[in-house]
Amino acid sequence: MQLILACAIGVLTGSGIWLLLRPRTFQVTCGLSLLAYGVNLFIFGVGRPIVGAPPVLPQGGFDDTLAYADPVPQALVLTAIVISFATTALFLVVLLAARSATGTDHVDGKERHR
Amino acid sequence: MIEAAEIKPEHLLIAPLLIPFAAGVLMLFYDDRRRWLKFGMGLASVLALGVVSWQLIGRADEDAMLRVYLLGNWPVPMGIVLVLDRLSAMMVMLTAVLALPALIYAAAGWQGKGQHFHTLFQFLLFGMNGAFLTGDLFNLFVFFEVMLAASYGLVLHGSGPVRIRAGLHYIAINLTASLLFLIGVALIYGVTGTLNMAQIAHLSRDLGTGQRPLFHAGAAMLGLAFLIKAAIWPLGFWLPRTYDAAASPVAAVMTLMSKVGVYAVLRIALLCFAPGAGESAGFGGAVLMMAGTATMVYGALGVMASERLARHAGHIVLISSGTIIAVTGFTVLGGGARMLAGALFYMIGSTVAASALYLLAEMVERQEPVDEIDESGEPQPAPPDMVRGLEWGPMGLGAVEDSDEPATALPGSIVTVGALFAAIAAVLAGLPPFAGFLGKFTMVSGMFAAASNLGTIPPMVWVFVLVLLASGFAVLVSLLRFGINRFWVETENRPRVLVLEIVPVALLLTGIVLMTFQAEDVTRMTLEAADGLIEGRYAATVMAVHPVDPGATPQMDNGDVAP
Repeated sequence: MQLILACAIGVLTGSGIWLLLRPRTFQVTCGLSLLAYGVNLFIFGVGRPIVGAPPVLPQGGFDDTLAYADPVPQALVLTAIVISFATTALFLVVLLAARSATGTDHVDGKERHR
Repeated sequence: MIEAAEIKPEHLLIAPLLIPFAAGVLMLFYDDRRRWLKFGMGLASVLALGVVSWQLIGRADEDAMLRVYLLGNWPVPMGIVLVLDRLSAMMVMLTAVLALPALIYAAAGWQGKGQHFHTLFQFLLFGMNGAFLTGDLFNLFVFFEVMLAASYGLVLHGSGPVRIRAGLHYIAINLTASLLFLIGVALIYGVTGTLNMAQIAHLSRDLGTGQRPLFHAGAAMLGLAFLIKAAIWPLGFWLPRTYDAAASPVAAVMTLMSKVGVYAVLRIALLCFAPGAGESAGFGGAVLMMAGTATMVYGALGVMASERLARHAGHIVLISSGTIIAVTGFTVLGGGARMLAGALFYMIGSTVAASALYLLAEMVERQEPVDEIDESGEPQPAPPDMVRGLEWGPMGLGAVEDSDEPATALPGSIVTVGALFAAIAAVLAGLPPFAGFLGKFTMVSGMFAAASNLGTIPPMVWVFVLVLLASGFAVLVSLLRFGINRFWVETENRPRVLVLEIVPVALLLTGIVLMTFQAEDVTRMTLEAADGLIEGRYAATVMAVHPVDPGATPQMDNGDVAP
């Protein structure tokens, strides 16, 4: 599972960065979303994920810490997802505004002529 | 059971967050056309913030105590804390001081050029105050996001292609920076298992050899994110452009926003890597020092190459941020408290002056007919590429005498504006009578005093001092050149200036003059703030706080803990 998780983070982040550096605004949006997914998985990953373990403690406290997942990264990921979702939506609005104001979807607002 | 009697003096600490938040939310219930009502609410909120921050700064300064506020009364490493020390109290104060003039200036016209200006403005204040007061790394991220989300809206306030283009870049860059921030937070959480900044500082003292590199990597990622927000070279090319495109009251408040990044670097670096921090001491110091100095060089070159006043202001903001980051680097490497105190003093003075310069910039360069000020005007009065072209100076449009102007136009407006400009230029360049000079002087003398203890003065100190003086000179030369070209020409293009626009600039300048007169008090305060930062009082105090026992006597004073 570790390998799959690590590969997923790597692929998402790598493609995200590549798209972020592209000249079209829509590609940049997709890049930002992919980067956000990669980062969210990364936060999840640093909490040492365990399969099939609940993040909620039983009444009376726990005796074996390894039987429970760390709830903090999950809470952080939840917050991060909400924030990146909202900012991506905002970015989309600005993207549309930029498209209608400048007539092009280039990030600089004008095409580069060669 | 919660009783009304439970509102204790300690709760004042959360007021800088609640006031703008409540005001911003309340404004949403009113139609956007009732902007004077919203302005009134905003004004009340900002004035209340001023009073609260004055109280807080008094408490922080009172008796070397640190105020800690436990949200929900959770014990320290578990819950979220707000922490007030002298530095954060100063920054909260600075927020209120910059917000008031910007708000008044916005009332002169900008508030009517788009929707929800006042709400976004209040949320921006909310985010900044939160970032200054929080003692929790993840909450720092959340408050950064609140602040940035509001600023995205404010940068686009007034619309127009120039703003949209600059805003698009600004948003993309800051979203990326936020993701770097998250990676840093995650790494640090992975190593230390906590998000409380004080506990991180504690735990970082004795990390295993396998964990320390990871911790450093996390801190470096965080630093990268903060340095992007502080616009440090080579991460800060977005700043002059974005602030130039933004409406001037927005740019005036956003001068402080770049200082939020500087504040975060200062806080984290001195918590985890101060000279007494064990094995990690000095981490990143060299990078901060070099990057800060490079930013100053870049800013100085940029300010000389600028044609328009808002661009000058943008590069001056870069110089100011770079100076403080460089000094932070020196401090991490063991530069001593006096130098840092000078830098804090300089930061207050230069931020206020840069903010005033942004407000002034729009008035000085006003070439359009007066319709621009009218509330009924289109959001974007003239094709920006023509207004923002290189062609400024005596050949501008003659002022159109309108009879239905909203307020009285000052006679001799050019004299007033020119005098204010000269005073602000003197502050920014660091000329003797004003705060800029005092800050720089303390900084340099503290630096040499610390260096003389070593026996030899390291070459980097010489480089920094030379760059500091040269950048001040560059600011002076370029602002003088601008002033001569703008004010000492025979021109029919007198800027039409409203009283409502002059007052905020005069207010900011009065603040600087007051600060200069009270320099002794302010210096003492910054010195104690710097001492506290270097000695690491913060971490020890926060960790020692215990939650209030609900059954105990109401006199239990959990908020005040002696260091």
